[in-house]
Amino acid sequence: MEVKPLLEMVKISKSFSGVKVLQDVSLSVYGGEVMALLGENGAGKSTLMKILSGLYKCDSGEIYLDGHKVQIDSVKDAQKLGISFIHQELSVLPNLTVWENIFLGHEVTKGCTKKIDKAFMREKSRELLKSLGCTFDVNAKAGDLTIGEMQMIEIIKAVSANSRIVIMDEPTASLTDYETKKLFEVIAALKSKGMAVIYISHRLDEIFEVCSRVTVLRDGKLIGVTELGKVDKNQLISMMVGRNLEEQYPYIAPSPGKVILSVEKLNYKNKVKNVSFSLREGEIVGMAGLVGAGRSETAKVILGEYKKTSGDIFVNGKKVDIKSSKDAIKNGIVYLSEDRKKEGLISNWPVGENMTLPNLKKYVGNFGRIVKKEEVIDFKEYAKKMSIKTTGYSQIASNLSGGNQQKVIIAKWLMTKPQILIFDEPTRGIDVGAKKEIYEILNELKKNNKAILVISSDMQEILGISDRIVVMHEGEVAGEIDRKNASQEAIMKYAVGISNRG
Amino acid sequence: MNSFKSFIVKYKSLVVLIILVVILSIAMPRFLTISNLLNVLTQISINAIIAIGMCIVILSGSGGIDLSVGSVVAITGAIAASLYKSGINLPVCILCALGVGALIGFANGLLTAKQKIQPFIATLCTQIIFRGITYVYTDGKPISGLDDSFTAIGNNRVLGIPIPVIITLIIFLITLYILNETVLGRHIYANGGNEDCTRLSGVSTDRLKILVYIISGLTAATSGIIVTARIGSASPNAGLGYETDAIAAVVLGGTRMSGGEGTMLGTMIGAVILGVIDNGLNLMNVNPFYQSIVKGVIILLAVFLDKKNKE
Ligand SMILES: Nc1ncnc2c1ncn2[C@@H]1O[C@H](COP(=O)(O)OP(=O)(O)OP(=O)(O)O)[C@@H](O)[C@H]1O
Ligand SMILES: [Mg+2]
Repeated sequence: MEVKPLLEMVKISKSFSGVKVLQDVSLSVYGGEVMALLGENGAGKSTLMKILSGLYKCDSGEIYLDGHKVQIDSVKDAQKLGISFIHQELSVLPNLTVWENIFLGHEVTKGCTKKIDKAFMREKSRELLKSLGCTFDVNAKAGDLTIGEMQMIEIIKAVSANSRIVIMDEPTASLTDYETKKLFEVIAALKSKGMAVIYISHRLDEIFEVCSRVTVLRDGKLIGVTELGKVDKNQLISMMVGRNLEEQYPYIAPSPGKVILSVEKLNYKNKVKNVSFSLREGEIVGMAGLVGAGRSETAKVILGEYKKTSGDIFVNGKKVDIKSSKDAIKNGIVYLSEDRKKEGLISNWPVGENMTLPNLKKYVGNFGRIVKKEEVIDFKEYAKKMSIKTTGYSQIASNLSGGNQQKVIIAKWLMTKPQILIFDEPTRGIDVGAKKEIYEILNELKKNNKAILVISSDMQEILGISDRIVVMHEGEVAGEIDRKNASQEAIMKYAVGISNRG
Repeated sequence: MNSFKSFIVKYKSLVVLIILVVILSIAMPRFLTISNLLNVLTQISINAIIAIGMCIVILSGSGGIDLSVGSVVAITGAIAASLYKSGINLPVCILCALGVGALIGFANGLLTAKQKIQPFIATLCTQIIFRGITYVYTDGKPISGLDDSFTAIGNNRVLGIPIPVIITLIIFLITLYILNETVLGRHIYANGGNEDCTRLSGVSTDRLKILVYIISGLTAATSGIIVTARIGSASPNAGLGYETDAIAAVVLGGTRMSGGEGTMLGTMIGAVILGVIDNGLNLMNVNPFYQSIVKGVIILLAVFLDKKNKE
């Protein structure tokens, strides 16, 4: 007997203001299967899934569930059909508690007064959290959690609803290894219940680990569907990007010059403790550590965004007093935030205006007037240099695909011509091809004698690009490793606090 | 044609205004006379000038709003009038009044930016405090008997155009330029769009916030002087409820209350709509008690239309 797919999307097309984003794309998923959806940034993955979940309407094409044609016009429709969507961008409400977020929209009530049953929902939430191995409190305000923890809430929300199809759009982008493992256990459980999972990720290792088949998109077109057992990583990559990608981590030997940034005994509350390290011209220093080790906090203290309790910062040997980002930029220090949506972009703004914001003074002409023509010239230069997929200067930033938004933010910082670059999770949510482009940009900066600090939770990335690695553990620098001595084990030892400095 | 369409989409309130004008001119032939129109514009200018400052404060985001404008009108009017009566020459009186407006704006800015008090609360408090100070300063009595050179500001014309209208136009053009063409304008919209991102992009957001409240203080003070000049006396009760009209104009103009989106031209149109409604109801001899109801309903309808249109 032939098994019917649980879900079939047939010849879906979609354009945004005349630009074809999806062209006759088909996709089918069976119950009890995890289907990977793969493609470069801007390939149309999220858009396809947004159509499935009722956020967008397709221009043409059909959707079948259990062999019956269905009409999905709204998110409600999709939910009724048992389709739930874990978005790439978090939609947790920061002012509500964890349990309020989990039960948002389907609160449980009791008795004839319809009073909400807080005790029940708290208890239920506690169970759900526990089953995923989360340790945070159900009564905590969601806004006080880390991004990874917020992501877990999203996942819990989706799997706790009565769904048959769960779409996960880059669910692990901000999870720790431990959380990721737990998530995979959850996915296995969903599978065994006969649910279908559509899994979008730029991490190929994960895809091989959890998925059975893969659908590959490129430029809005279906490139192929294949069983993962039949292909290897390189074949997948060439399907995605349309060419072979040699050497994922291009490395060039450093020619380190003088120390340009040095941080001495930096303290901030109990989050950053006695942190000292230095950056030299022409080198890339990786900063590793578990989520919550105080890496981003350290960066923000350097930036003046958090007021240090003690410690000194030296730029080019001179002690500097940095009170805000403004001072930091003046001293040639820029920070690429890990939180793109909250700190990186003004999402309702044109791409071009986002890029020039830190550097606006450059474009001021007579009578304080901003010369837009010059802005556009710079925008074009950087959009090209970084191959940003955008329709132009005035495209609204939130309409770009996730990876391209990230490139816009990187461009924005490069435009300030900085000396010292602190990049916090620079390749989160970025496809393999674009990742390599970003590494090449970093190498270029390195060649030009810039000092670069890359904070990353991606071990391969840290090992692949760093000349030196600083490992943090619970707010302290646990150790420093040279490239030639670096290995995953060496980093982990410091990161979990087994090995002490010295 | 396309740019015309996008213009209409952007300034839907203009459509509302045109409809209002057409209805009024048919119902009340007296409405469309030059003298009445100039009269309407003069009346509008007081609210329009305050609304310009209000618009900038609201656009700048972070919950920005300035409820103290009415009190600023009263106290700056009183200061200008009393100084003038004590024999100080007019330009100095005006500068002093503007200075006080700017100072109150500065105080509002400090409270919100540095002390992190919500703008609604901070400016509500300064509203109450400065109303009180005005009562103390004037002993609760109007300062009247201002001579012609003072009242000229409110009542004379240059080239046939009333001075308050000219002042409004100048302030409008300056702020239009600032918002659309300068770094300051870009920063105001940026902060309204995403405060964290703006601060991290190297903008002194605290300074920006203080600046927008100073602008609002200045515009309110300008109105204070004009109000005083028009009546020929400074009443301690001047400007009561002016914040409501200013906010209504901004909202009618399509500005988002949470900031980041909106235009100065929209705000001007909003102010004109309000003025035309007032004038029309007056011409039709509608009982003032009912006027307020009608006005509220019309604003609601206009905002509702705008919302529908956006969807
Ligand atoms: N609302 C929109 N308006 C206009 N264009 C859009 C909109 N949403 C998406 N696009 C465009 O559609 C294309 C596909 O975007 P999509 O978000 O689906 O990519 P993606 O495959 O999910 O990429 P990523 O891996 O970066 O998340 C992009 O070029 C994007 O700019
Ligand atoms: Mg996406």
